Amino acid sequence: MRVIPIVMRMEVADEVLAGAAAGGDAEAFSVLIARHYDRVFGLAFRLTGRRAEAEDLTQDICAALPAKIAAFRGDARFSTWLYRVVVNASHDRRRRAASHSRAAEGWGDVELARRAEASEAAEALDWLQGAMKCLPDELRDTLALVLDDGVTHAAAAQVLGVSEGTVSWRMSEIKKRLRALKDDER
Amino acid sequence: MSDEFDDLKRAMDAATPEPDAARKTENLRLAKENYARTQGSQDAARLKFERGIWTRAADGVTNMLNAMTTKGGLTATTALVAVGLFMVIPQGRDLLVPQDPGLVDLVPGPVIILDENGRVIEERIVGPTLGNEGIVGGLDKGVASKTDGNRAVDTMRGSGEVQLGQGAQLGDEIDSSVVGSSEVRRQAETQFRDDRDGAAPADLALRERSESDDGFLESTINAEEPMQEGEVASEEFAANVPQSLSRANKSADRKAQVAPNISSGRLIVVPDESIIVQEADTEEFSNADTSSLKVTEDEPVSTFSIDVDTASYAVVRSSLSRGMLPPENAVRVEEMVNYFPYAYPTPDGPHPFQPTVTVMPSPWNAGTELVHIGIQGTLPAIEDRPPLNLVFLIDTSGSMQDANKLPLLKQSFRLMLAELRPEDEVSIVTYAGSAGQVLEPTKAAERSTILAALERLHAGGSTAGAAGIEQAYQVAEGMANDGEVTRVILATDGDFNVGIHDPEELKDVIAKKRESGTYLSVLGFGRGNLDDATMQALAQNGNGTASYIDTLTEARKVLVDQLTGALFPIANDVKIQVEFNPAQIAEYRLIGYETRALNREDFNNDRVDAGDIGAGHTVTAIYEVTPVGSEAVRNGPLRYQVSEETADTSDELGFFKLRYKQPGGATSILIEEPIIAGQGEASGDVRFSVAMAGFGELLRGGDFLGGWTWGDAIQLANGARGDDAYGYRAEAVTLMRLAESLSK
Repeated sequence: MRVIPIVMRMEVADEVLAGAAAGGDAEAFSVLIARHYDRVFGLAFRLTGRRAEAEDLTQDICAALPAKIAAFRGDARFSTWLYRVVVNASHDRRRRAASHSRAAEGWGDVELARRAEASEAAEALDWLQGAMKCLPDELRDTLALVLDDGVTHAAAAQVLGVSEGTVSWRMSEIKKRLRALKDDER
Repeated sequence: MSDEFDDLKRAMDAATPEPDAARKTENLRLAKENYARTQGSQDAARLKFERGIWTRAADGVTNMLNAMTTKGGLTATTALVAVGLFMVIPQGRDLLVPQDPGLVDLVPGPVIILDENGRVIEERIVGPTLGNEGIVGGLDKGVASKTDGNRAVDTMRGSGEVQLGQGAQLGDEIDSSVVGSSEVRRQAETQFRDDRDGAAPADLALRERSESDDGFLESTINAEEPMQEGEVASEEFAANVPQSLSRANKSADRKAQVAPNISSGRLIVVPDESIIVQEADTEEFSNADTSSLKVTEDEPVSTFSIDVDTASYAVVRSSLSRGMLPPENAVRVEEMVNYFPYAYPTPDGPHPFQPTVTVMPSPWNAGTELVHIGIQGTLPAIEDRPPLNLVFLIDTSGSMQDANKLPLLKQSFRLMLAELRPEDEVSIVTYAGSAGQVLEPTKAAERSTILAALERLHAGGSTAGAAGIEQAYQVAEGMANDGEVTRVILATDGDFNVGIHDPEELKDVIAKKRESGTYLSVLGFGRGNLDDATMQALAQNGNGTASYIDTLTEARKVLVDQLTGALFPIANDVKIQVEFNPAQIAEYRLIGYETRALNREDFNNDRVDAGDIGAGHTVTAIYEVTPVGSEAVRNGPLRYQVSEETADTSDELGFFKLRYKQPGGATSILIEEPIIAGQGEASGDVRFSVAMAGFGELLRGGDFLGGWTWGDAIQLANGARGDDAYGYRAEAVTLMRLAESLSK
């Protein structure tokens, strides 16, 4: 088996690696998943609001991705495709845990507050927590995606399987709610 | 306009934690393994390691590495990893263990990628020129020194000592083939030889045979560093390692002749798991306020259910060994006491157990006495025991991945398997993560089938584990036959997402199944997410025990040494009621059992559930009592209440009553006897249990202990160690010392 050396792999585009991984190249797969791990975790955290949940969700994805990668056809950017996997996995998890109090609390959990040391930071966190909690699931998912620097409205739309217009509308809705929340506090 | 949005983004960025490095490494490995499995490619062969002593040894080394956090320790471990690798791949001067392969820039040379267990995942030569590269594959076995698994590690924790276990012999042949311009065949042999005198020269022999285009090369490294009884202080160890390293380097220099193009490289070591501060985030402990002092005249009767759980002691140990005093609520004094086996007088009457009451002066308060009640369960002839049906309900949620969770569970399981009879049956059901029955009911005789199923357990996965507990009970009912003992054993790190979400409903289901004869025990693993409160509640409702397994030693105690007691109840719903005589006793206080208190009327109510005694179990309950007229009486007489003259002038201190049911029986049987001053003899067992009770109370704040100190506890325990065949008591004294230092 001829293998492209790691040295080259570093610069290879995601889509090429994903194609190779879909074709059975274990090395390509490893590079790919290591490259995206942190971003997947970040998204998982924004979706769940709990560190432990995010770790578990990321692990679910690591466990399931090998089987799914074969389905990658290259008709979307890899990151878009991957985020779709993450969002779907988080939905699965949410459904599964729907009535399980611990997981369902999500953004309502106190864990975040504990991370804040200074009171200012604590305030910002309180606000973040309150804001995330008051958003309905589909808005929260949209927000979690758009907060990622690399994700445009168009990409978020592709991930969520809705039109770009819908994402834009949701974002304006989110901003409206955030503003209302801020006004409430005054 | 979008100020709020920017605020939110900033807050979110600040709140988003870094992924846990250890989990990351583990997850990436999992992804690779799963990938290999889906592809069914050659790589799979490389990724799988035999679960033999090799892997266990490797785990031991990993844990050892993890446990060492001092600077010297880190140096030593770093060097140790390097040495380990040099032993495997003599040409490997360039060891690369990427923390994030995406960020590491690569230099030409041989590359070895380790997973966090120190096992070689991959070995690869990145050639100086592209096209000259190839894969060196076929590392079938990890290389490690054989330590006695977690036990050595456990001892080491905190003490900074490395125990290299009994003479370990490693001889491991590694076949490698290089696809590329040359073919290298190497054989690495390592031998640690142990000398019975204890002065064990570690004979590190490394032979390398290399056939390549350049011909045949052989080199040998001998490192003869004496190791004191297999125990090396880390500094000393660190000092020794560089010597071995330099020798290893010599070999590497020679290797350069073979591959002269391979030039300088770098060494990166996998981040040490133990330096990542773990959040003790979601632990919950079940406890209640320390029982208050009762005035005998107001409340002469004390009623409680016995408790044979030991989880609390293991949690305390785990906290102390990590250098922290345990949370006060984690300490349940009765569990600290009942953790230890005692040899109270064995039953000779018609009952399956024998209560022994001892009255002795209290070690901590002058003027008070202790009423010590020791109950010894009979040990039925083990040969006659009925066949066992065990259904393991195993949590495979992602968080179980840590080395001290699922892997420890697997090791524990293996230990237990050896204790089972061929006719016993085992089944495995998993929940959360990968779901369902992974092992049909299988006779224990079919060891390999069971072990294979165990091997297949993986934490993580994305299938819903619906109704795990129902499935477990269903399987259990399918296995049950008349006269057999059937039990579900739930193993978890605190994720009770077993299919029934409402905790009350879960308790009800377990209680209902208990009535139909299927009991439930709970094994807790790992820290951070441990839901001790739920563990307790479930085990109590399931007529089982809740144990916390932090080390392989503890697994051995729970699943091997005390297997019979844990699985074969000899009496159900054991309740104790003591009525104190107000003419003799002014005040009394039950030590521990806060979570087991019963109402006075519950004692005679057979419908009220209580604790169970397993074969050979001992249960201890201790009251501190203050005699009438003693200076130690804390509650003064009341001004407006006329103290009634007690009619009974008997010299009995009180009256002891105990109710139990035969296993499966519906009606309780009563045992009763008076408590008389000066009764019984304060044997070593009694004194040790008192020391443990005092230790537990100290950990809880010691409100009632007066000026009694850790030092007093240590002295009392030390004087009562007795035979201590398993070393449990010695360990307890070590913990007392730790607690003493930590509380200063």
